[in-house]
Parts: sequence; structure tokens; C-alpha cells
Amino acid sequence: MVQTDVLKKVPVREQDPKVRATNFDEVCLGYNQEEAVAEAGRCLNCKNAKCVTGCPVSINIPAFIHEVKEGNFEQAYQIISESSALPAVCGRVCPQETQCEGKCIRGIKGEAVSIGKLERFVADRAREEGIKPKPAAEKNGHKIAVIGSGPAGLTCAGDLARMGYDVTIFEALHKAGGVLVYGIPEFRLPKDKVVAAEVENVKSLGVKIETNVIIGKSVTIDELLQEEGFEAVFIGSGAGLPMFMGIPGEQANGVFSANEYLTRNNLMKAFRDDYDTPIVRGRKVVVVGGGNVAMDAARTALRLGAEVHIVYRRSEAELPARVEEVHHAKEEGVIFNLLTNPVEIYSDENSWVTGIRCIRMELGEPDASGRRRPVEIPGSEFDIECDTVIMSLGTSPNPLISSTTYGLDVNRRKCIIADEEFGKTSKEGVYAGGDAVTGAATVILAMGAGKAGARGIDNYIRSKK
Amino acid sequence: MYKILKAEELAANIYRMVVEAPRVAKRCLPGQFIIAKLDEEGERIPLTICDYDSEKGTITIVFQPIGESTLKMAKLQAGDAFEDFVGPLGCPSELCSTPIEELKKKKIVFVGGGVGTAPVYPQLKWLYEHGITADCIIGARTKDLIILEKEMSAVSNLYLTTDDGSYIRKGMGTDVLRDLVQNQGRHYDLCVAIGPMIMMKFVCILTKELGIPTIVSMNPIMVDGTGMCGACRLMVGGEVKFACVDGPEFDGHKVDFDLAMKRQQMYKTDEGRAKLRFLEGDTHHGGCGNCGGDK
Repeated sequence: MVQTDVLKKVPVREQDPKVRATNFDEVCLGYNQEEAVAEAGRCLNCKNAKCVTGCPVSINIPAFIHEVKEGNFEQAYQIISESSALPAVCGRVCPQETQCEGKCIRGIKGEAVSIGKLERFVADRAREEGIKPKPAAEKNGHKIAVIGSGPAGLTCAGDLARMGYDVTIFEALHKAGGVLVYGIPEFRLPKDKVVAAEVENVKSLGVKIETNVIIGKSVTIDELLQEEGFEAVFIGSGAGLPMFMGIPGEQANGVFSANEYLTRNNLMKAFRDDYDTPIVRGRKVVVVGGGNVAMDAARTALRLGAEVHIVYRRSEAELPARVEEVHHAKEEGVIFNLLTNPVEIYSDENSWVTGIRCIRMELGEPDASGRRRPVEIPGSEFDIECDTVIMSLGTSPNPLISSTTYGLDVNRRKCIIADEEFGKTSKEGVYAGGDAVTGAATVILAMGAGKAGARGIDNYIRSKK
Repeated sequence: MYKILKAEELAANIYRMVVEAPRVAKRCLPGQFIIAKLDEEGERIPLTICDYDSEKGTITIVFQPIGESTLKMAKLQAGDAFEDFVGPLGCPSELCSTPIEELKKKKIVFVGGGVGTAPVYPQLKWLYEHGITADCIIGARTKDLIILEKEMSAVSNLYLTTDDGSYIRKGMGTDVLRDLVQNQGRHYDLCVAIGPMIMMKFVCILTKELGIPTIVSMNPIMVDGTGMCGACRLMVGGEVKFACVDGPEFDGHKVDFDLAMKRQQMYKTDEGRAKLRFLEGDTHHGGCGNCGGDK
């Protein structure tokens, strides 16, 4: 029997930390039908639902949860599909605690309704039963190009296809999904089961995906518009350029960007025997940074058999990663060296990493971001012996597109300038959204921007008629 | 899928393939490269472009198998296909954006070594088609490793040399360059060196001495080729550069070759390979180019 304390979430089953720290299977096992229906019963079905305002893609949350409660799972799926092209993804990786669930009225006195886990249940159930989103009734014949097959691009393409547009996505890598395939690890977001299936759903709406096309290299936006017959373009190319610290020793063998480490493992599947990709396993790995990507890199290294340290310059309260990710990392045995900042990487005579020198930090006055600024404690340097260092300091947009597109304005961080409501850029017919505009952020914010871009493009095409 | 129209072994363990890739061929310029992936489980391998035909939509690649993925590639025949073939990657050679009249005033010498001869060819051909015949020095370890002799001599003044003296003359490419400049009174305004890093390093030491500005083409380890992973980072003039997007061509007098070679050592020395094998554990599938994979 499922627990029925109305103030508390129905607990979700997870793999045991000791077991999962040695495999790449999904950590969270999700609700079964009985658990989902019980959790749905906790929803107050508010008339003026705050949760919907907290959702960047405005899913009609009370309506889908109501259908779950009634056992109409297909109906629940179609309600979510009206707003989201990637529910099985969002149910797993959205920071619900600061979005929908953060606004839930249930959350005032007890725990919020587990909206994310319910969304996941509905999406997984639909996939298992082969239920697809409903395609457009009729095509309007207008050709739209979408650049990038990550969350922003897939969402924009899905929305435009449902409006009747003829959409082609161009993807630079060999597989569609963007950060969902190269960045987020298998144990958080299964690639074949979940990501590939949601990409197939978008294709089932009529969207074409051309992989191995690097816009700016293989073809330019101006050529798409002038020679290939596209009437508008949405840029959802993400923020792919890794940052490094600029400290001595950073070029040594055994220092990786989190992007490289995760790409080798997630996209190129180094952890699987049947793939040719090699990856340095490392016996002792230091991950520098405190975001979700740092947690992903640390937990990946752990699963590849290493002792793993997270080195982060602020304290636990300032960790940018989701609380759930930090909690999972700790449970699995990742060691946190907080208020610690690297100053130099040591290597042997063959340039292989042997250790990292760090300095202890303390928190000073708040800085521009409102967080207390970390300040070095003089003379507090100490060394951590390690053979691998993974730099997870954030990423910035790739200038390949902006530098090859005439009349497309960017800001000083090389982010494309686009308005929030419609994703409109400085160039006619060109719209943009997601990390390419904001710098590195979340999957769901990128999806929200993809929706905005689809609305913007639809308005633009209609105004041209 | 990207169909292979022609496949042949050019010399001992050096392969040439003509691949159908219209998008790549349409925009390709000398100096650029591609990344190929054989099948779902394969690695992404950056490869040199040896020739291209934008009308036929084909790219010619030349490669020397060193790891498991390239060994598998070498077995492909005409009619087979690559699952993935992406490009053109990297920046085109600066020559392509220099006004032709200015180029015509310059004396240019190319130095190629080993399989690095292949990417020299499209640059020579491009210059030749624009009315410029450059000098070109190609060095190989031995006669059997000389490739593209006929093609190269049709578009350049070709000087061949072999380390062991088995063909034309004995010596390194640098010996020929020194001879041309110091004994035969040649003057060069620009040198382009493409080949193994150790060769490029020594060409740069020489051209610095001779006062010839030098461009080199770097070929470090890469994963995505779009600037995403940073695996290909180099130090050039004290700054971090990514070979895949900032290069692959750089000012050779500014490249930190010793560091770049250390980053490649892991694949080139017995010690490095042993270390790789140890660190990569059971994901080690022959990327060291030595063990042929031990799955």
C-alpha cells in the first residue's frame, strides 16, 4: 500500500547508492501506476494554479494531474504534449523545486506535489504504450530551419511542426539531442530509452533532422535563407565553448574540460565495451566547479572507478547545482572540498598530472550576483594528489554562427541578442533562444525560449503573407 | 551515409579514399579538415583533406591508420560508406583570403613530411589554379613512403628527399630548405610546413634562423571539432588556442611545440601508451596505435 500522509510526497524509488555508484543505470526509478495515482491525489486542483506560472513552457499542470488521478494516462500525456515536446526529459532534469513545485500551494504547509515525477510517469507510460503526440492537421508549406537539436531546437521545431510548418533541424554532431546526449549522463537521463524516443516523437510530427551539418562551416544562415528556400531560421545552438581557469599547468595531460570528459562518456559511450572510445579512468579525480555539470562529471568519474573530489570556491549554500544532484553525489561517495580554489596543477616529467595545489577561501561581502564573494586565506595553500583534473567552470556560446551570419548582433559575451517574448534577433527572419542567447542555463529555460521562437516565427511568416 | 567512391593504398599503410559529401565539398577550401566516423561504435577521427571537387560533391581523404578506428577504416572498399562525415572544419588557409596580386609578389615554399604531404596538395593546387607555382619540399623516411609525387609535381616545383637516401637524395626536408636558401640563392617570403610535429618544430627553428615567416598546420587529438571539448588546445604566443576552430593553421614561430608534443606523447611513446593502457583500463581499445585493441 502506498503511503498516504497528505503533507508528504509519495517517496520515489531509487537505486541503492552503493550499487548505483558502480553502474550507469538510472538512479531514480520513477513512480509506478499505484504510486502516481496516489501522488496525483494530493493535488488541490487549484483554480488559480500557481504551478503553471512557475513552468517556463506553461504546462496545464492541474489538468494533467487530474487525468492521472482518474487513471486517464493517455489524456494526461496529450495535455502535457500541447505544451512540451520533451516530457520524459523534463520530468527527469528540470529544477522543479524552484519552478512548478516551488509555487505549489501544498508546499506551504507540507511538501509540494511531486509534479516532476508525475510528468515523468505520464511520459514513460505513453512511450511504453506507443502513444505519440498529435501531428498538425494540415501542412502550410512554409520551410523553416532550426539550428541545433538540443532542448531549444527540438521544442521550437516541435511547436512549428504542430502549427503546420515544414521544419528541418540541422545538428553539428552525429546524433540528435544536443546537451541531452553529449552532456547529461546516462544515469540521469537514459539516452536510448528516453532521449532517442522523444527525438523520434518530434520527428513523428514531421520534423526532419539532418546531422553532421555545422552551420557557419558546412553552410551559412544566409545560404539557408537565400539558396535553400528557408523562410526563417531559429538558432538554438547552445553554449558549447568550455572555459578554463588560466592557472599554471592546465595544459598537462590528464586535465580535461567537463565537456570533453562527458562527451567521451555520454555521446561516445566510452563506458560501454562495444564502443571504440577511450577515456582516462583516473584513480583520483578532482573536479573543479559546483554546478550540475560538475556533479555529472564527478558522478561519472566515480562510476568509472575513481576516488572523486569536488573542489568549489564557495560554501555548500552557494553550490549552483540542484540540491538533489548534490545529495545524490554525496550519497554515492563524492568528497566535497568546499571553500577551496585551485591555484596550480602539477605534473611529472612527461607532463602527466600528479596533483593540484589549492588555497582555502572564506566568504566576504556579497558581489554583483548577490552571493558572498570568496576571498583567499593567505598562506593556506595545500596539495591534493590526483591523476586527473576535470574543469567544470561553465561554458559560453560558440562564435561559429554569429561570426558567419551577416547582421546578427551579439553582446560582449558572444551571446546572440534576442528578445524574450519572441526570440527576435537583429537580423530579419532569424530568431534565437536557449543557451546561445542566455549563456549556460537549464534545459527547461531553453525549451521556453524554443516556444517563444516558434511563436515569433509564426507571427513573422503570417505578417509576410 | 557517406559513400566511398574510390579506395586505394597509396603507399605502405597510407590510404586514399574519395568520399561523397556534397555539403562538405561545396564549401571546402585548402587548409580545412573533416571528421569521419565509421559506424555507431566508432571514434570521431579528424582527417586531412587531400582534394575536393565541389561539382561532383566529393572529398578526397588521405590517412595513415594508427588506432583501432583508423585500422577499421583502412579496410573499407569502394561501395562501403562512412556513417558520419562532417566538415569542412577549421579555418581555410590564409592564402585563400589574401588578394591574388599580393600572393603573386610572394615567393612561397611548402615543406611536407610523411602523410602531411596530403594536405599540402590542395594548397599547391589552389595556388596553381590562381597562376602561382610554389616551391615544395617533400621528405619521407624512405622511397616507399613517398606519396602523390605525380600530382604534386604537376602543380609545383617539387623537391623530394628521403631520410635513408633511397630516392632522389638523402636528408631531411630542412636540409633541402637550407640548401635552397643558403647555397642556391633562393629567397622566400613565406613557408608553409605540414607534417609530424617534430618536423614542423625543426622547420620552424630553421625558418626563424633564416627569417622566413612560417605557417604550420596542427593536428592534435580532437573529439567534436567544433570548439566544444578543448581536447585540441595548444599554446600559441602564450595564449590558449583550440586547433579545431582557431586553427588548424598557426604562426609556427609562436606555437609551443614542446607542450604540443607532450600532449601527443601518450600516443607516440611506449611509456605513454603503457600509461594510457593503465589509465583507460577496460575502455582502452587500441587508441595507442600499438596493441590493436584488446577487447
